[in-house]
Amino acid sequence: MRNKLWPCARPYALWIAGGVACSAMEAVFELLIPLVMSDIVDTGIANGDQSYILRKGGLMVGLAAASLLFGLGAAAASSVAGMGFGANLRQAEYGHIQTFAFSNIERFSTASLVTRLTNDVHNLQMSLMMSMRLMVRAPVMLVSALFFSVRISYRLSNVFLVALPLLLAVVSILLATTGPLFRSLQEKTDALNLVVQENLAGIRVVKSFVRGDHEREKFAEKNDDLKNTSLRAFGKVVINMPLMMLIVYGTIIAVMWFGGQMVYAGTLEAGKLITYFTYITQIMMSLMMVSMIFMMLTRTAACAKRVAEVLNEAPAITDEAAQTGEDGLPAVPADGSIDFDHVFFKYNSESGEWILEDISLHIPSGTTVGILGGTGSGKTSLVSLIPRLYEADEGTVRVGGRPVAGYTMEGLRESVSMVLQKNTLFTGTIRENLLWGNPEATEEELWAACRSACADEFLERMPGGLDTDLGQGGVNVSGGQKQRLCIARAILKKPKVLILDDSTSAVDTATDAKIRSAFAHELKDATKLIIAQRVASVREADLIVVMDGGRIAAQGTHEELMKSCAIYQEVYQSQQEGGSIDG
Amino acid sequence: MAKHGPGGGPAGPGGGFRKPRNIRGTLGKLMGYLGRYKLLLALVAVLLVVSSACTVGGSYLIRPLINDYILPGDFPGLARMLAVMALVYIVGAACSFGYSRIMVHISQTTVAKIRADLFSRMQDLPLKFFDSHTHGELMSHYTNDIETVSEALNNSFGSLVSCTLNFTGTIAMMLVLSPALTLITFATLAVMLAVVKTVGSRSRRYFAQQQKALGAVNGYIEEMIEGQKVIKVFNHEQEAQAGFRQRNEAYRAAAVRAQVFAGMMMPAMGNLNYINYAVTCCVGGLLAIRSGDLGGLAAFLQYSRQVGQPITQISQQVNTILSAVAGAERIFEIMEAPPEADEGKIRLVRAAEDAQGNLSRVHYDNNTWAWLKPDGTLVPLRGDVRFDHVTFGYEEGRTILRDVSLFAKPGQKIAFVGSTGAGKTTITSLINRFYEIQEGTITYDGLDIRDIAKESLRRSLGVVLQDTRLFTGTVADNIRYGRLDATDEEVEAAARLAGADVFIRHLPQGYRTVLSGDGGSLSQGERQLLNIARAACANPPVLILDEATSSIDTRTEKLIEKGMDRLMAGRTVFAIAHRLSTVRNAKAIMVLEQGEIIERGDHDDLLEQKGRYYQLYTGLAELA
Repeated sequence: MRNKLWPCARPYALWIAGGVACSAMEAVFELLIPLVMSDIVDTGIANGDQSYILRKGGLMVGLAAASLLFGLGAAAASSVAGMGFGANLRQAEYGHIQTFAFSNIERFSTASLVTRLTNDVHNLQMSLMMSMRLMVRAPVMLVSALFFSVRISYRLSNVFLVALPLLLAVVSILLATTGPLFRSLQEKTDALNLVVQENLAGIRVVKSFVRGDHEREKFAEKNDDLKNTSLRAFGKVVINMPLMMLIVYGTIIAVMWFGGQMVYAGTLEAGKLITYFTYITQIMMSLMMVSMIFMMLTRTAACAKRVAEVLNEAPAITDEAAQTGEDGLPAVPADGSIDFDHVFFKYNSESGEWILEDISLHIPSGTTVGILGGTGSGKTSLVSLIPRLYEADEGTVRVGGRPVAGYTMEGLRESVSMVLQKNTLFTGTIRENLLWGNPEATEEELWAACRSACADEFLERMPGGLDTDLGQGGVNVSGGQKQRLCIARAILKKPKVLILDDSTSAVDTATDAKIRSAFAHELKDATKLIIAQRVASVREADLIVVMDGGRIAAQGTHEELMKSCAIYQEVYQSQQEGGSIDG
Repeated sequence: MAKHGPGGGPAGPGGGFRKPRNIRGTLGKLMGYLGRYKLLLALVAVLLVVSSACTVGGSYLIRPLINDYILPGDFPGLARMLAVMALVYIVGAACSFGYSRIMVHISQTTVAKIRADLFSRMQDLPLKFFDSHTHGELMSHYTNDIETVSEALNNSFGSLVSCTLNFTGTIAMMLVLSPALTLITFATLAVMLAVVKTVGSRSRRYFAQQQKALGAVNGYIEEMIEGQKVIKVFNHEQEAQAGFRQRNEAYRAAAVRAQVFAGMMMPAMGNLNYINYAVTCCVGGLLAIRSGDLGGLAAFLQYSRQVGQPITQISQQVNTILSAVAGAERIFEIMEAPPEADEGKIRLVRAAEDAQGNLSRVHYDNNTWAWLKPDGTLVPLRGDVRFDHVTFGYEEGRTILRDVSLFAKPGQKIAFVGSTGAGKTTITSLINRFYEIQEGTITYDGLDIRDIAKESLRRSLGVVLQDTRLFTGTVADNIRYGRLDATDEEVEAAARLAGADVFIRHLPQGYRTVLSGDGGSLSQGERQLLNIARAACANPPVLILDEATSSIDTRTEKLIEKGMDRLMAGRTVFAIAHRLSTVRNAKAIMVLEQGEIIERGDHDDLLEQKGRYYQLYTGLAELA
């Protein structure tokens, strides 16, 4: 885990070292001050030496000033290192996610990736900063205070032999008992938040079924759970402070008793005794800090684990097997022919059922292929293998005669353009979104693509034209308009293979037909794969593939299938009964 | 429909510097919650005072210890004095434990109460409220806001009082010990306050900048990770990285500035305190040469080391309390938001009809319902819904429905057809009174729906929404959501009716399979089937189907058609559908465009009219 996070901190190694040194020095200088004080009492006051007192006083102010400087240095260095480490880590994690295949993304889920990039990294950077300030300071304080105490009086230091183990025992017992309590507190909080989240998301359902009271009961149960756990957890925590105070005060009293006798006997000076009190308080403070840091670090450890999980995730699909073409450059598909050779596929390797089973299919370059099938029949999975969004488990998928793994992902996806079912437009103008397809596209090319996707008609009506701002997630366009923009974006790539995964579901049949006929003219050489719900959308295709239960149930032209395929006939009949607006 | 605002990420510690608008009012409301702990709070006050007195007093004992016992060598006296000291410390620690423990109890029970009240009040708020707030925003009341209130009640209030008491006590004791030395302390304190003020205001400004930059990074992360698959398909990784790098760098720069400043506070305060200690030591030493009061000096030095601490702590605690008050203010704002209007008095009751057709109220389930008017008369529930010149808009000035009149005779199927935004869903939302209409009336069996108690109104309507929502729990629990007292047999019957039984039996634990994360393991079509089963379980007289079968492929839809027919038999049904095949057999089809009904009739009538419906049916026009 450390191995993954450390490279992000390495550029700040000097800052970290400097910051740690500064905060250590700050602690040491702070502890020297009481030592000088004892000189004032024991030598200055005892001898009535005013100039000695002033000299020593000046020394003390100097020490305090030095300590202040180191303290500020530590604050600055820890901020630079902590925030810099956070930025590097975020960058590394984000960069690594860019190499993820679809299966990697799904394994974590989008929401979880967002948390791991935001909250978790934030927590880690704050922890590094705080521990640079406190983590060194506390032990240095503890050790130096002990060192100075022993130097002042070896005999008197024996009290620590009792006090320190006692303190350590208290701290560790508390940490051990509160740790699980706080973990369970987190679980209870999550459970409560889940109820609220589901309530908010399903508020219409709640209101429709008049389930307000039912929801209140669900909430009350989790709320009571949370309350009782937090009472127990925080109830334990508050013992911490008074108990430590008692131990420290006990030590002070012991020091007074033994030290007092030593002072009377002349083996210890009064000033040294006062210094001793100071150190005892110091030791207690540092121990409390240590216990605080540990509490913070348990939470941080969880975050670090979650971030490391992302960083350790090996991309499921790599360019390892990419071959070079005859020109020595990475190979690119020669044409748009596609072959499936006994392909088996499933999303989850542990699952027993195949999503695609023994698929063999040849698609010549430049043809139009329609794919039909019910929900869950494997249509989307089938086409996802072509741009290698997922990897086939068995068998080979070939594009342009070469297995898809033989290309770099960039080379393959440059040639295979896929319009996803769940598509996204990004914040920015329409133009910026279209340029994703081809950053160098000219104005004419942009409009040509829009015409092919039938997006020109509404674009011309928009006041900003191509420069209309889409707003976040493309909220300023309707579903059908969004789908057409996504198609235009895909066309701009000038792909050898164009895949539309139910990409015209919100477009009316007439426009749909227009888009298809534009494809036939403008994208003559490209192989076109169209997944559709409507028979009408695929009817004129050179080849229609009917999927059922992960297998190819039948393939052929419309006429052939109408004769031979029962499923196809059934689907056809069901759609003849009534037109469809978008489904 | 999870809404994510841009930058709706974590606020992070030190974030959210929104100043409370009305501190006094909010504190007053918080006090209202604490009111029932009056006695306990009084006890806390006593314990706080005693514990502070012990802490401050304990240090004073150093003076007589040194001057009167150690230096003269009076050991029996020293032992007595140390016993007194031990007693003082034990009492102090006990009191401090006592008040902390009580505060934990008070704060956690209070926070739980606030949480429950907040949730409870939220259930009463109108949909309009939920439309105008993102989920992230509302969730943050439960996570961030309540957390800060809890923190403040748990620690800050107690610490603030005890720090103030300690501080005044310490100053008082210092004055007793040496007025001259106390002057030095005052001077240092003045410097400290000035530092707190200047550094504090700068640091607040930097923090605001940091939060803004953080919002930009988090917003970018959210959008890009959501669209990660598109990024992959378009080989857009490099560009996505460049955009990220720029925002990440801006945040780093802002964060370093903010944290350097914030981080300076601690060493500055701590070491100013040491300078004070040094000067005090020096001057005290000079004074002690004359007075010989070594014990006094020791005690004073002990005090002067303690005196600076409360200042930093007080400023920290005040910040925590201010953000807690701001959090509490946001919570109370929600609690005080006007709840859904529900002044209706007419209730839905079970009824039985005798041979003469007279209704009487009964208390068993016989599938007959009636409206009970306040005057005791019963009106049979038939499902006769009428819109009379209804005009409605979600916001002032933006009319969605204009002068809509329609009626559904009992047992009829009414379908709405029209493009997105034409107002189809709006009409169904008005029937169950999710929103208040601006003009006109909606009647239900001749009764104005405003006169019907909301709970009764909605209980009589079964809704299958387009946006399928499932709750964490078993499949059976989710179906039973429609009617909480449904038996297992009834649940399964409902599932069979909806055609969901087959796939449910194929799930690992059948009806006992636990769904989590909004039923993420189910396909969209399966989720819709469960939704239909839920409505079937509720067995309502009137059904509203809002795109109930949009995600079910045509073949499956055919399979469940019979179930749907059985579900709709004898009920008034309002159906919205994209697929015209679904609405084809409706008695009346309304074609909506821009909030107005432009065509109405049955399928054949409409086709004959060769209007909009005809165009839609033949695919000549686009709906989107």
